[in-house]
Amino acid sequence: MSTDTATTPAVAKPADTPHVSLAHTDEKRNWSSIIILTVYIIFLMVPIYWLIVTSLKDNLEIMTNFSIVPNEWTLKNYRNIFTDESWYSGYINSALYVVMNTVISIVLALPAAYAFSRYRFLGDKHAFFWFFTNRMSPPAVFALPFFQLYSAFGLIDTHIAVALAHCLFNLPLAIWILEGFISGVPKEIDETAYIDGYSFPKFFVKIFVPMIASGIGVTAFFCFMFSWVELLLARTLTTTAAKPIVATMTRTVSSTGVDWGLLAAAGTLTIIPGALVIWFVRNYIAKGFALGRV
Amino acid sequence: MNKTWNNKAWFMILPAMLMVMISAVIPLMTVVNYSVQDTFGNNEFFWNGTEWFREVLESDRFWGALVRNFAFSFTILLIEIPLGVFIALHMPRKGIGVSFCLVLMALPLLIPWNVVGTIFQLLCRTDIGLVGYAIASLGIPYSYAADPKDAWITVVVMDVWHWSSLVVLLAYAGLVSIPDAYYQAARIDGASRWSVFRYIQLPKMKRVLIIAFLLRFMDSFMIYTEPFVVTGGGPGTSTTFLSIDLVKRAIGQFDLGPAAAMSIIYFLIILLVSWVFYTVMTSNDETA
Repeated sequence: MSTDTATTPAVAKPADTPHVSLAHTDEKRNWSSIIILTVYIIFLMVPIYWLIVTSLKDNLEIMTNFSIVPNEWTLKNYRNIFTDESWYSGYINSALYVVMNTVISIVLALPAAYAFSRYRFLGDKHAFFWFFTNRMSPPAVFALPFFQLYSAFGLIDTHIAVALAHCLFNLPLAIWILEGFISGVPKEIDETAYIDGYSFPKFFVKIFVPMIASGIGVTAFFCFMFSWVELLLARTLTTTAAKPIVATMTRTVSSTGVDWGLLAAAGTLTIIPGALVIWFVRNYIAKGFALGRV
Repeated sequence: MNKTWNNKAWFMILPAMLMVMISAVIPLMTVVNYSVQDTFGNNEFFWNGTEWFREVLESDRFWGALVRNFAFSFTILLIEIPLGVFIALHMPRKGIGVSFCLVLMALPLLIPWNVVGTIFQLLCRTDIGLVGYAIASLGIPYSYAADPKDAWITVVVMDVWHWSSLVVLLAYAGLVSIPDAYYQAARIDGASRWSVFRYIQLPKMKRVLIIAFLLRFMDSFMIYTEPFVVTGGGPGTSTTFLSIDLVKRAIGQFDLGPAAAMSIIYFLIILLVSWVFYTVMTSNDETA
């Protein structure tokens, strides 16, 4: 803020006038901001902390001995998951269909988003709205018909079935986000490429896609996110071979009650891929929203 | 940007459209089929007209779930939108703190929905949960499994925990797009904190807030997994929202006819609301 005012000499030096900006630069405001953010982040972190702590406790301790920090630290729950194939294959299955879905969504959404961004054509607004309605259709409506459709094609319990089903909401979302990014690229770039003798496919792959790489990154983040967290369709379309971790987790109730420690450990492990993805795209998240159709 | 008129652009949309058609239109036709037919088993169906629609529309069960769902969406929007804007206004504009805050805040968004339910079960049970135990030891009677009021509070707090950050991220993206010059001009005019918010920040955030409102409305209106894991729709039917009721009908009781009729009514409501939002949004685009 202060460097900006220095470069614009017409503005009076704000020595005694209070700053009004997003970042409150005067001390008092700054502190209140920090306190508010800290309280909010603590509110977000407490449930996650409790999940992790529970995963590090023995079941006996969870049920009988209430403590904020484990009395006896144990990795037993994690050992159970990593040695039992029905558990760890769940993570592999989830990762497989999430990656498939992300790739399919982006490959199909790129040309569509380009068309919506660059051209006007018969029924373009209606087509865009139609895509949009699919983002709004409740998965609960589709669970049963999906099961029948994919049964008819013999696709039940395959990774591709879940990946295709998740296209229902991820493909419209990908078109929506990418359209915003593509509209941010000046049209002159396309025209210059044609004058330079590029064919359309070559221009698209060699020049255009690298230019909107950050947009593709943000889109991949959202596709990953919504596919990774979805349970209803993934559970309906799989039985054993492609069963995702989220569905495996719903079956921890046994005759001895709920195995809370195991459940907490499995839950903790589902957070890690998401946390990694956020870390890699952290600089683009806010930008992606700002550039996107928002 | 002025766009060129080119009907060949349809070919670029076609692959995406075919894919969504397979995932959306064919299943929807199945639903329409079921909604107007009845069966005696053995895959023999006969025409049943609008009987199922009448049954659904005349049942208290459907209206109860609908009213509960609207009440839920309304409540969480009322909390999450102002809270998200408030937090975003206090975010630092640059520096190391930004990445730190963004990563921590985005974390709940990437937790699988049933894990969110599990987390809140773990947190709110009075025997093993941190919050549940704390409330119980303060002597306040609390049980999300027995008291409808407690169940509602738990489900609403869970949604606020889960999704407020999305509003923060969106509002923040809108705020950082405001050039510094606007703030300098406001300072010269001696604008108060409130008028800066009202006349500079709020108009600039308008579009992102519409998006936030839309996404939160849609997703809360189709909420299924989180309340299902925590309360299972109970106690009684106090947290049975539309999707939970629908899955109960279709997969639990296998009442295909009423479930299909309900699906269509449900879908039409969402379509209507989304059309209204979309019209408002695009008219904003044109005037802006």
